[in-house]
Order: sequence, then structure tokens, then C-alpha cells
Amino acid sequence: MFEYVWLIPLFPAIGFVLNGFLGRRLGKGFVSWVGPSAIGLSFLTAIFIFFELIGRPPAERHFEKVIFDWVVSGNFRTVIGYQIDPLSILMALVVTGVSFFIHIYSVGYMHDDPGYPRYFTYLNLFVFMMLNLILANNFLLMFVGWEGVGLCSYLLIGFWFEKDSASNAGKKAFVVNRVGDFGFILGMFLLFTSLGKHGIWTLDFTEVFANANKLDPATVTTITILLFIGACGKSAQIPLYVWLPDAMEGPTPVSSLIHAATMVTAGVYMVARCNVLYSMAPVSMAIVAIVGVATAIYTASIGFCQTDIKKVLAYSTISQLGYMFLGVGVGAYSAGIFHLMTHAFFKGLLFLGAGSVMHALSGELDMRKMGALRKKIPITFWTFFIATLAIAGIPGLSGFFSKDEILWQAFSSSHGHFLLWLVAAVAAGMTAFYMFRALFMTFFGQSRVDPHVAHHIHESPKIMTVPLMILAFLSIVGGYVGVPHVLGGANHVHEFLAPVVGGGAELGKAHAGISLLSQAWASSGEAGGHSAALELLMMVISVVIALIGIGIAYLFYIKNPALPKLLAERWRGLYRLVYNKYYVDELYEILFINSLKSLGTGLWRGFDDFVIDGTVNGIAYLIGWLSGSIRRVQTGLVQNYAFAMILGGVIIAGYYLIRGIFY
Amino acid sequence: MLIEYLAILIYIAIAIGFALFAVVASHLLGQRKRTALKEAPYECGMTTVGSSFRRIPIKYYIIAMLFLLFDIEVVFLYPWAVVFKQMKSFAFISMAVFIGILLIAYIYIWKKGALEWE
Amino acid sequence: MKLPEIDLCLIAPEIIVAAFGFFVLLVDVFFSKRENKAYLGWISLVGIFFAGALAVTQAGSVKSGFEGMFISDGYALFFRITFLIIAFLTVLISMGYTQREGIAFGEYYALILFATLGMMLMAAGTHLVIIFLGLETMSISIYILAGMMREDKRSVEAALKYFLLGAFATGFLLYGIALIYGATGSLYLKDVASYIASKNLLRNPMLLMSLVFLTIGFGFKIASVPFHMWTPDVYEGAPTSITAFMATGVKAAGFSALVRVFFSALPGFRPDWTSIMWLIAVATMTVGNIVAISQSNIKRMLAYSSIAHAGYILVAFVAGNDLGVSGILFYLMAYAFMNIGAFTCVILLGKKGEENTLIRDYAGIGFKYPLLSAAMTIFLLSMAGIPPLGGFMAKFYVFSAAVKEKFYWLAILGVLNSAVSVYYYLRVTVLMYFREPEREITGLQFSPAAVAALVLAVIGTLYMGIFPSNVLSFAQKSIAGLM
Repeated sequence: MFEYVWLIPLFPAIGFVLNGFLGRRLGKGFVSWVGPSAIGLSFLTAIFIFFELIGRPPAERHFEKVIFDWVVSGNFRTVIGYQIDPLSILMALVVTGVSFFIHIYSVGYMHDDPGYPRYFTYLNLFVFMMLNLILANNFLLMFVGWEGVGLCSYLLIGFWFEKDSASNAGKKAFVVNRVGDFGFILGMFLLFTSLGKHGIWTLDFTEVFANANKLDPATVTTITILLFIGACGKSAQIPLYVWLPDAMEGPTPVSSLIHAATMVTAGVYMVARCNVLYSMAPVSMAIVAIVGVATAIYTASIGFCQTDIKKVLAYSTISQLGYMFLGVGVGAYSAGIFHLMTHAFFKGLLFLGAGSVMHALSGELDMRKMGALRKKIPITFWTFFIATLAIAGIPGLSGFFSKDEILWQAFSSSHGHFLLWLVAAVAAGMTAFYMFRALFMTFFGQSRVDPHVAHHIHESPKIMTVPLMILAFLSIVGGYVGVPHVLGGANHVHEFLAPVVGGGAELGKAHAGISLLSQAWASSGEAGGHSAALELLMMVISVVIALIGIGIAYLFYIKNPALPKLLAERWRGLYRLVYNKYYVDELYEILFINSLKSLGTGLWRGFDDFVIDGTVNGIAYLIGWLSGSIRRVQTGLVQNYAFAMILGGVIIAGYYLIRGIFY
Repeated sequence: MLIEYLAILIYIAIAIGFALFAVVASHLLGQRKRTALKEAPYECGMTTVGSSFRRIPIKYYIIAMLFLLFDIEVVFLYPWAVVFKQMKSFAFISMAVFIGILLIAYIYIWKKGALEWE
Repeated sequence: MKLPEIDLCLIAPEIIVAAFGFFVLLVDVFFSKRENKAYLGWISLVGIFFAGALAVTQAGSVKSGFEGMFISDGYALFFRITFLIIAFLTVLISMGYTQREGIAFGEYYALILFATLGMMLMAAGTHLVIIFLGLETMSISIYILAGMMREDKRSVEAALKYFLLGAFATGFLLYGIALIYGATGSLYLKDVASYIASKNLLRNPMLLMSLVFLTIGFGFKIASVPFHMWTPDVYEGAPTSITAFMATGVKAAGFSALVRVFFSALPGFRPDWTSIMWLIAVATMTVGNIVAISQSNIKRMLAYSSIAHAGYILVAFVAGNDLGVSGILFYLMAYAFMNIGAFTCVILLGKKGEENTLIRDYAGIGFKYPLLSAAMTIFLLSMAGIPPLGGFMAKFYVFSAAVKEKFYWLAILGVLNSAVSVYYYLRVTVLMYFREPEREITGLQFSPAAVAALVLAVIGTLYMGIFPSNVLSFAQKSIAGLM
């Protein structure tokens, strides 16, 4: 079965081609079958491969399939090749699985859209690219996928391109991502050349990681920071997070699939994939962890004041991605990936739920115009509720296990620190608050729905609610594959991923002494020897914090709905600051966009128009003139042609003659 | 080394010498009588009718060229015949292939009508 | 008496091609009543296909035969396949075209097969006479093919010019071969090389003169400056399908012999010919590209562009390293696809009595004939060297070979030339898509065979651009033992 790993990306590619070329002609029925079933088939393939993989002993869970040589130039060779190992197959399962349900959901959600075939074409292409990203066995192919998903994201954000805001949001996402990608490319180049200095010209993961110990720490640190800049762009971390909230202009299933469950987690996957490199660079890990935790709390605070339900979810996504980076940043790669997985379930579900609400309310997004929807759209409500519980970290649901694993590692890992834990725990409380705020505003309290809309509120069709229910089920049970040891679980996820990321953890210990953070931690004399009791205590604390968050939300939005307004007026300045997302967009506008624009204009008018255009036009004119005059040599007379040949011969002979004389 | 070519040199010298001798001798010894017939460009053959710068049917050239082609191929038959006894079937088959190819060409020109004058 | 050993398997592909040539000739005269000669094209295709299949079965083995005059090695294999692909595509595009233009003669296909036979001999010959015979077989067939449109003055002019100048160039070539024989006493490439090395004849004026003559002779066939003057006139006048055949097949054959002779027989003179070829390469690229700009006839433009491409290939020839020589092979293969493809588009855009070969005629066809225009765009962009098309990878290998051998200026001039060339390639594309048509072009009839050729050419161009390593590694294996 391993030999057929290429089938996983192939099916979506076929779907892309069929939908792209025939979708318009063969109509909706065709597209509705091809789109989801392409993903379903690759999901099935992934499942088969997964079971074959766990049938093997952990040490042998690695397989690479080279499809063909892609670029061969001198001693450099890159292949189109896929690899199967626990990390990539887990990602493949999550991506194809969640995609499959979201595709089905989309059949209902997008049903009346005129761009229906185009939508599925893009969506299939996206899955194909995403699978290339995660199954690639080398950096270059990964980068192809990386850029490919960026392209699809751009296309899908601007799916309704006739709307200005949508096409602008698409452009913004593309441009911001480009900044990150530039870092990624530089990182790749640096990695390639610095390994090349040791005679290893390769970008294959296996070879790179096997030879990583030949690199000196400073280089590794630079490489990993550059790669992380790429991750910041793709996974919307400070300071490149600004595109993701705007990306909500796209269709809601897209937000769910691309901008919550899969694509934005690519950065986390990349860091986990490169764990060998990161573990060699404690400084980079510290940066990853700090950026992650800062993003988590910062965007959680923005979530407080948003009134657009998708924007709340968007900021929540950024915040949760921050958690994942915190996880991988403290060396808990499996915890980060575990959270990535559970997050894919519940955040995908939340977005789909939001989509279902929109569907019911004829496209309304403003939570101030919702309320009391609990009874009217019960399935949406219950599934949304489950997801909210999961993201808030209520024990027993998936989010609890994964988030708690990260929190505990942030505290106890050799790369961790008490402060990291504290900030993350507070952010967890804030998460619980704003998520319940959203839940209460949407489904509870008084109905504030526009009367025009109110009378035809309806539950979504089965094709949309069934995926909701499946994802809700996964949001509950998804966490039980990673129950921590302290709760009597086996933590399967950790053990499953150990062959890929375990090596990194060991290396990490070897370098632990250099870590800035752990040094500080060690000097406070509390390192090591964390007891199970302590772990349980921390767990209880985080649950309590979450409950406090929920309690406040209850107080504000159910018990005493006037209170938020009061507080907002009391601290007007602060409220406005948060409401306007700390004016970061405006700041960027002034700092980068305007200054670049004026620089651009200056270069355009001064340098480009005058110097460059002058030169280019001059050369073009010169060549045109030359072309006209050389052309005259072409007389059409055979004797002239023959003469030219003779002349050529004489010149060559003359050259040999002179050469013969002088040498 | 060049001495080997001496015989040829002598032969050339004799040939040139004889030619010169003949021309010079006839010039010195013979008598000259100018008549109109003797002043004509051609002394023998048909007298030309009309201008010689006139078009000649393309068939004339085709036939001439085909004749040349097939005639020259015969050149190969002479050395072949000389060694035929020693080379036996090998020579036979080689020549059969050669003649076969010629035959194809022959059939081609025949069917094309290149050999018909009308 | 010792009989020469004859291993006919060695030349099996050549025999097949020749036999099918004769067969087509005979079938034609026996069924001369039939108006439609397309069936002869199909017969030829079968023959070409068989020959190709036979050639492929010989892959991997290196065998020399016919007293060492002929070799079936990787190099010969690569070129055989290239020539057969070219012939295949040419026959495909010819079937509709010859019928349309009233030049449906059975000899047409036979001559294509004979020309292909000559090309194959050129690539596989290791004896100068074999190479010469191959060259003549090819050239004479092509002289006739160029003049196939007997009613059309330009076609006759093309044939006559090509014949006169070709004979002129052949004379030089033969003289060069004679001088080599005079100086070394052998015509076997290997013997010539070893004799020169053992007697240290590197300053021998006779050999230097032969170098000059060989350069003229081969330079004519590959259309390099200043032996290129015939190209535009002949390419314009010849039937378009034959132009495609000449631009790809004859050029490839010329290069196959040039590389084999210079690298196997005269490697000692490399310092001498490197600088000359440097100059020729630069002149060829520059003249080709610059003059192409001011052309108004697309066949003429493609003729100049084909001169420029010969220049790019010469860049790799100058580099002369492994990558360079395999780059030449790669380039010729890629060029075959994109150039035949482009000429196919030219053919398809014409109809009886209205050839539409002016660049102006291409205005606005982009929306009228979207697939044809898309294909044309692919070929033009590929020739301009835009990734991910075959032409880009070809140029990439060629220029990187030059850089590797430290011919920086050559590479820079090559890239600059490439930039210039983008102008005239894109001009056609821009015309197709962004200009209003000056007049309606209607009633085009797309012959299915030509469309098939078009599809094959598109596939080839894309394949060599996206998965270049397969062909490149084939080319790299092919040149083993050549140098």
C-alpha cells in the first residue's frame, strides 16, 4: 500500500482537472460528485496507509516513494517524492478527513452560487497542494505546496471577486504571505548552501536532518528563524497575522477548511517537521514560543470586542495557532501537532456552525443582530456548543487534552518557563470568555434578529448538518487518543509521533544548557522533578481559569446584558483601542504601505520613467534600427550569399593564420 | 619518393611533345587553301537548321540523365565480376541487393512514364 | 579471401526507413490513379514507427560494424529517435497540407523517408565518407522537397537557391574531408584523432584549412552566420511542412555530424575552433534575433529565429563539456517539438489559395481559434525561453554549461539575445489576443493528423519543460564514449 502513496494527492488533482475543464459543461450534479469523492478517495487511501503504518514496529515507520527526478543539475538533485511517517500520515488524515466533510458541507452551502464549479475546482486544487506540502520528502516540493496553498487561499478569499472588499482581502493575504515566503526561501537557500559547504548538496528531509549536526549553531539559528518567518506569514502570527481576519471575506467553508483547519497550520507542521533543526537552535525555539504565546493572548484580547461572528472565530484561530507554536516552541512537538488536530475538528466545526447560522439568517454576520437562535436551529446550536466547550478547554472534550498538554509542557519542558505558562493560561481563560460570549450572543438572550429575516429562519439541510454532527463527534472523542499519563491515559499521539519528533526532544536536552529561557528557569532552582501532583494541580488551575472566563461571559451576556456597554463607556479609550484591533492595520498602512507607495511612486516617476524607460526605449530603438539595416544585407541574390560564405571562410582562415604566426 | 612518378613525368613529356610536333609539322609542311566550306564552324555532320538557342523538350534531358545513371552503375559490375569467384554467395547477394534497388528505380521511372517519348 | 563482416541488425532502423521509402515509391506508381495520397503518409508513419521501435531495442549496447565505418551507440540512438520523431511529426502535418496545396505526390513521403535515412547515417557514421553520403542523401532529397510547389515561383526559387548554395557548401565540406585524408591518411574519425595526436600535427596548415572548410560545410547545414543567408529565402519559399522539417531535422543532423566529427576526430584542435565558434555563436544569435524583429512574414520570422537557435546551440558547443554536449541533444529534441509545433500552427491557419503567413494575419485569432492560439502561444513562449516549457530548460542547460566552463560573456550575450527574442515572439502573441482582426479568416479546415501532431508537440514541449530530467539523463547517457 505504501507504494501507492501518490494516490493521496492524485485524487484531488484529478478532481481539480475534471472540475476545472468539464465542471462548467457537465453541471452541478457532476461537480457535486467529483469534488467530494476525490477527497473521499484520498481520505480512504490515507486510512489504509495509516493502518499499514501502525502495523509496523515504530522504528520502521518510515517510507519514501520517489515518483520521478524533478530537477537534476550537476550534483544537485531534487525529486518529486512523497514520504510516509507518523507525522505526515497524521497530517494527511486530518487534512483529507476534515476536507472531506467540508466538501460535503459545501455542496449544500454553495448550492446556489453561480461559481459552483470554479469553487470546487479551487477547493480540490487546494487539497492537492496541501497534500504536497505535508507529504513532500524534500523542502522544494514542500515549498511548491506551500506556495500552492497560498495561491488557492488567494483565489478563494477573493472568490466573490466582484466585491471590492473580497478582492482586496485576497490581495492582502497574498502580499503579507509573500513577506513570510521570502523568509522561507532565504532559509531554504541558506540551508542548502551551508550544507553544501560540507559537500552535501541536498534538500531532502532525511539527508538534511541526518547531516544537520554538521552545521554550526549560529547558522542553524539563522536558518530556523528565517523558516519561522515563513511560518509566521502562513500561520498568521505576530507581526504577519493581519491578513487572516480579512480572509473571512471568502465563503465560510473556505474559512473553515483553509483558514482554520488546514492551511494556516502549515507553519506548525513545518516547525515540527524541522524539529531536528529547531532543537539545535534554542534561541529560535524561544522566539517561536514567545511569538506564539504573545499572539495567543494578544489576539484573544481582540476577540473580546469583535461583533462579527467570523471575525471572532478568525482571531480565535490566530490565538489557537499561537498555542500550537508555543507547544512546538518549547519542544513539545507532539503536543503542538495534537492541538493542531483537535483544533482542526472544533474550529472547523465552529466555522461551519457560523456558516449554518449565516445560512439561517440570510447571510447575517453581526452578532448584535442575532440572539435566541438556540431553539430555532437546534442542530447548529448543539454542535456549536460542543465546539465551544472543546475550545474553552472543558475537561472531557478534545480541546482540553491538547491544550492542557501544551500548557503543561510550557511549564515543565526544559525549554519552558513559568511565565509562558502563566500567559498561556490567562489566554485560555480569555478564550473561554470570548467564545462563550459569541455563543451567548448568538444563541441565547433576546432575539435581535432583523424582522425581515426573522420569519424564515430555518435549520440547514442534512447535507450541511451531518458534517456538523460528525465534526462535533470528533471534537468530543478526538482528544482521547492523547490522554496524558497523569490521567491514566496512554498518550497515543505522543508515542505515535515519537519516531519523528522524539529525536528532536533528545537533541533538545543536549543543547538545553544554551537555552536562554531554561537558564533563567534553572537559576531559579526549580528545574526538573516535576511531580504528577504538580501536573494535576496545573490542570485544575487551567480548568478553573476557563470556568472563570465562562462565568464572566455568563454574567455579561446572559445575567446582565447592560454591563458590557457600561464597561465600554467607562473605559472608552481602551475599548476603542481593542475594538479597532489596536490600530495595527492603520499602523502598517502608515509604516509600510504608504511609505512603500511613495517610494514606489518616486522610483516610478524618477527612475523608471526616465532612466529605465529611457534606456530600454533607446535600446529598443537601436535594435529596431539595426534590424532594419542588417536586413538590407539580405539581397536575395545567390552570388551575394555565396560571397558571404567565402568571406566567412576567409576570416576564419585569416584568424588561424594570424594565430599560427603569433603562437 | 617522387622518383616513382618519374615515369609518368616522362610519359607526359612525350605526349605533349608528340602533340606539339604534329601541330607544328602540319603547320610548316602543309599547304593552305581557303574555301567557304573550310571556314564553317562545323566541317562534318548535319548542317544546322535555324537558331541553336531554342528550347529542347525536357524529355531529352530526362532520357539522357537516366541513361547516364544506369550506365554508370555498370561500372560496379566490372570489379564485382573480377572477384566473383572468390566471394561466391556473398558477392551474389550483395549484387542482387544492388540490382534490386536499381530495379525499383527502373520500375519507378517506367511507371512514371519517363521512358515514353509521347 | 576474407569477407567483410556485415551485421545488418546494426543498421536495421535505417534499412526499415529505406525499405519503406522504396515501398511508398512503388505503391504510388502502381496506384497512381488515386487522388488522395494520404494513405502513403500512413504507410510512412508505420515505417517510421517500426524504425523507432527497432532503434529503441538497440538501446544500451554499443556496437560498431561495417569495418568500423558505422556505430550504433547511445549518441546514434538519441539522434535516430530525434530524427524519427521529427519525420513522424512532419508526415503528420503534411498529409492535409499537401492535399490542400496541390502537391500531393507520392514522392513527397518517399523523399522525407530518404532524407531521414540520410540524417540517421550522419549521426551514426564514424567514417567521413559515410557521414558525407548521409549528408548528400539528406540534402538532395531536401532540395527536391523544397521545390515541390512547382507552380509557385518562390518555391522554385527556394529549391534552386538551396541547391546552388548547398552544392557550394558541400564542395567545401568534401574538400575539407580530402585535406584530412591528405594529412592523416585516414577517414576513420578515431584514426584521424590518434594520428594527429601521435604525429603532433596541431600546427599542420592542411588540417587547419580542413577545419575552415568543415566549418563552412557544417555551418551551412546548421544555418550559422555567415553561412545562413539562404535560410530566410528557402524557409519562406519551401512548403511549410518542409520548412519545419528543414528547420529541425536538417539542423539536428548538421549538429549531430558537427559534434561527432569535431569531438571525435579533431579534439586536439579544440583551442583553435573554440574561439571561432565563440564568434560564430555570438554572431548567429545576434543576427538571427535582431533581424527577426523586423520581419513581417511569420515563416521568415521563424527562419531567423531558427538561425538564432542555432546560435544558442553553438554556445553549448563552445562550452564543450558533458553538460554542454548533452545540452545540445536536449536542445535539438526540445526545438524539434516547439518548432514543428509552431509551423503546424502556421499551416493550420492557412487554407487553399490563402496561406495567411503574414504576422498581421494573426491579429485577433486568439478568440476565434482559442486552442490553436493557445498552442501557438505555448510554442512561441517556449522558443522565447519562458518556464516551464521545454525551450526554457534547453536554454538553461546550454547557458549553464557555458558558465561552468567560464564562458561568462558568451552566457551573458546569450541571455541578452534571449531577452531580445522575447520581443518578436510575444509580438505575435499580443497580436493574437489583444488586437482586433484586420480581416476575417474563415473556413479553415483542420486536418485531424495535423491536429494530432499539434497535440504531440504540445505534450512534448510541456513534458520537456516540466520533467526535463528524463530526457536530460537520456542525453547524458547518450554522449558517454563520444568524447
